[in-house]
Formats: sequence, C-alpha cells, structure tokens
Amino acid sequence: MQAMVYRGPYKVRVEEKDIPKIEHPNDAIVRVTLAAICGSDLHLFHGLMPDTRVGTTFGHEFIGVVEEVGPSVQNLKKGDRVMVPFNVYCGSCYFCARGLYSNCHNVNPNATAIGGIYGYSHTCGGYDGGQSQFVRVPFADVGPSVIPDWMDDEDAVLLTDACPTGYFGAQLGDISEGDTVVVFGAGPVGLFAAKSSWLMGAGRVVVVDHLDYRLEKARTFAHAETYNFTEYDDIVLQLKKDTEYLGADVVIDAVGAEADGNLLQHVAAAKLKLQGGSPIALNWAIDAVRKGGTVSVLGAYGPIFSAVKFGDAMNKGLTIRANQCPVKRQWPRLFEHIRNGYLKPSELVTHRIPLEHIAEGYHIFSAKLDGCIKPLILPNAA
Amino acid sequence: MPYTAEKPYQNPSSEELRARIPGWGADLDPRDRPSVPREKYDPGASGAHWDFPDRQPGDETREHSIEHKFVTPVFGTSVPLKGFSGAIRRLAYAKFSEGRAAHWLLLILGDRVDAWESHARSFVSTRPDNPITETGILAEAGHHPVSSRFGQNRSDLSHVWMDPLIVAGPWLAGPLVVLGIRTLLRRRHAA
Repeated sequence: MQAMVYRGPYKVRVEEKDIPKIEHPNDAIVRVTLAAICGSDLHLFHGLMPDTRVGTTFGHEFIGVVEEVGPSVQNLKKGDRVMVPFNVYCGSCYFCARGLYSNCHNVNPNATAIGGIYGYSHTCGGYDGGQSQFVRVPFADVGPSVIPDWMDDEDAVLLTDACPTGYFGAQLGDISEGDTVVVFGAGPVGLFAAKSSWLMGAGRVVVVDHLDYRLEKARTFAHAETYNFTEYDDIVLQLKKDTEYLGADVVIDAVGAEADGNLLQHVAAAKLKLQGGSPIALNWAIDAVRKGGTVSVLGAYGPIFSAVKFGDAMNKGLTIRANQCPVKRQWPRLFEHIRNGYLKPSELVTHRIPLEHIAEGYHIFSAKLDGCIKPLILPNAA
Repeated sequence: MPYTAEKPYQNPSSEELRARIPGWGADLDPRDRPSVPREKYDPGASGAHWDFPDRQPGDETREHSIEHKFVTPVFGTSVPLKGFSGAIRRLAYAKFSEGRAAHWLLLILGDRVDAWESHARSFVSTRPDNPITETGILAEAGHHPVSSRFGQNRSDLSHVWMDPLIVAGPWLAGPLVVLGIRTLLRRRHAA
C-alpha cells in the first residue's frame, strides 16, 4: 500500500509499506477513504514532538471502510463505513471508565502523561496514522462508529478531531450566557471553538490571529469579531480596552506549540526546541482574561517545560482547563447540531490533495499558501 | 469600568443573538453539555466487553515509560527502535521518568540522530532522500507564493528564513563531518 512517511524535520514522502495486520483480537483494518492534515501534524512535521521516528506515518483524522476485523470484534463488520476518533483508547481502564477517553492508560506504553493518538509519534503510543491507504484501528468495538447515511464524508472526517476539539474547548471554557469569549488562533480548531461558543450562549466572540484570510473566515463562518495582532503594539492591552479594562470572561488558546507574536519565544521553542512549545498565546490568554476567569487550552504543546506566566495565573485566580478532546463523547450532540444546520464542518475545507502529493500538501499548509485552512488527503485519487 | 460592581460593558442581548446566529444557545445549560461532568463513572458506556484487554503479543522487547508498571496491553508497532538513535531512546525510557528533563532531552537527541542515520542509510538504498521533493517546496509554483506572503501582515515572515537552515543543516553538516574526520586521520597518519 501507499503511505505518507516522515523522513526528518520538514520532509515527508510517499512509500510502499506492508498493509497492516491484525495484531490484537479487537483490532480492525480500515481502508482509508479520506484523511486530513491537522495543524498539530505540523508540530510533528517540524520536528517538535519528542520520539517522532523516521518511517512513521502521520494522520489522526481519517475515515474509511472496514476491511478486516479481529476475532473478538462484535460491533463492526467488513464493509462498514466508519469514522475513527483520533484517540486510541481501551474503554475499560480507570480513566476510560470515567469518560476520559483521551487519557487512556492501556494504549500508550511510552508515556503516562498522554493517551494514544494515531500517527502522532511514539510519545503517543507509536501507532501509524491514516495518511495512507490502510490503517490498523485498535479496540474496534470502542473507538470507531459507523457513519450515518445522511452524513457527508468531508463532514465526517472533520468530526474525528478538529470539530469536536473546538467544541470541547468551548465546553472547557465553562461559558455562561452573555460571556465575552476570546479565541486565540483562527485555524480550524479555533474557528470551531468560536462557532461553538455561540452554541453555549456567548454574548460576544472575538478571534485573534495574524493571517487576514483566516480572520475573514472567522467573521463569515464563526460570526466573530476579529483582531490581527500584528496591527497592534500590544494585543492584550487592546483586548483590555475593548472590555472596558475588565478582560474577557473566557479565553481559549487554540494555537499551541508554534505560536507567533514574539520572535524570541518562537525561535527558542519552535526552531531551537528549547521549550515544549512557544507559550505566547497561552501567556496572552492569561493576561487577557479577567480575574477569576477561565482559560481553556486546546493548543498542543510538547512535554517539556515552557516559559508560562504562572504567577499571573495564580494571582488572578484563574481556572485553567485543558485536555485532549475525548472525541466520541461529543459525537451524538454534534450530529444533532449538524442535522439542525448549526454546524457545517466541511465549510473549512480549502484543499483536496492526492496522497502521492502529500509533501506538497504539508508545505502548502505549513507555509500558509493559497489561503489554506484545512487540507484533506485523498488516499485513492489516482 | 471594573472599579464598580456592575459589568462595565454590555454585550448584545440573548434575543438579538438568537435571531442573528444559527443555533445560538443550543447548549446554553452548562449541565447539559457532552463533557459535563468531566468525570462520569460509567464503565459500560464505551462498548468495551472486557475488564482488562487481551494482551497484544510482542511486548517482550517493547520500550516503555518507567512510570508504567508494564508494557500496556495494546501498543503501536510502527517503527521499532534501531541503530544509535534506538540506543539513545532506549536509555531515555529505561533510566528516566517522564518527570525528568533528561528523558525528553534524550528523546529529542534521538530524533536528530535518527534523521541523520536515516539520511545516511538512504544513500545506500535504491531511494535516496531528496530534499527538493520531500520538503514539498515544488508546491510554491502555482500556489501564490508571493501574494500569500506579502502585504498580509504575517508575523511568521520574520523567522521563516531559518527553515531552510533547519532542513539543510544535516546536509551541510554531513560532508563537513566527513571532511573533518578525514583530515584528522590524515594528520595522524602523517605524524
């Protein structure tokens, strides 16, 4: 089969690999019909996540058709059209039993601090991902779901991470009716978080980024007010003025490890790898939220230390809430919202790239060429 | 102003927002949101029909965090440890917990060594690495490389010039290391 393969920082290519095999009785093998590149894949592509091995296939957003199931699988059969959450999880450990599917303790031998994620380095378990023609899906009775007949493939693939993660981030913000919500980052997750904030009753939603074309999308897709932070000497001060010096009730960090806006921080973290991630957006969030407010962290950071302004967070009495999204908990409600016309995830898709051109896809997304917001990967386009 | 008791500004009313924004308030009740409460004990909800999963074969040599009691019953098998980078990574897992900076710094070192080893190995394979095709740089043509970057207020333009150095670094360093070793050997031979 053909699969995307990591070749070192900033380099990927397509290689022939063996079709994955059933390795556990509850495995399924899924033939991938549509995949996506996530913004967090760029952290891997840029060499930021420890233990990203040359030869790994990335991709934690994918849908497909069940090709084969292991002997203990009861809920899926060959031919089922399935969507697969980005979380690999067992469904039965201490954490899964409490709904913390993204924190599963039975699937990632390499780390206890994070659960399993498809195609996201050995730090996340060492699973190959779905930017390929076939993928091994562990715990087939737990993670995947049959895609409803009424759902488009492009909506379904965005429901495997970006859309539920943004929706989850708005929940972490614990938004009350009338709250002012600021979202740092106008990538797909930030846009979904902004849109979801309205569902939870926000009174005002403001999106901050440095890419004008994405801020335009924030206005049209997420009905948000926008700021391009490069137009202000101090975006935090601007946000304070904008809330009559109170600060926002809720701030969502949807940027993560490669945040821009401070050259020194960015270079130290993203280029020199001296921090687990560039904490610019997180520090802005801590500064821009009001005292007693809530900071929701969706941005992905590496596991080593970052220079976070924790003293201000403590002194302001903030609630900081964070996690990888337990995707499947969000699906029933998101299915309702899509059917009701409140959400149309596929509106964020800008590029559809054949698997054999995936290196170009990574470059377009990484360099933000051509108005790229969300690139999809077509594994069988030829 | 926040110097008095009332909220110092007014957002649009709920009625106005409900009329303007599709779905506004559909999840208004904080108790009726999918991830609330965060922890909800319900072991039957996931679809798992086991108390502890069957064990995946092949865990005898699988590296694992020493914060785990054992290799987890299921694990990824994408790229087993190999070479010098594998030895570095195995040391990181065997000696240091996730709470130690040495654990992560060794893994990051392992990543860099892995890239160098893999590039070198590719040159004795039928498919050597090609930085032109593998960086995807050819996509610049036809995807508005100028208008995407300039006149857009993009803050990343201040540092993207470093990216080629990161990509080219190993390619430049490799020949220099070889030349250095050769020079040293020649000097030693001459002495």
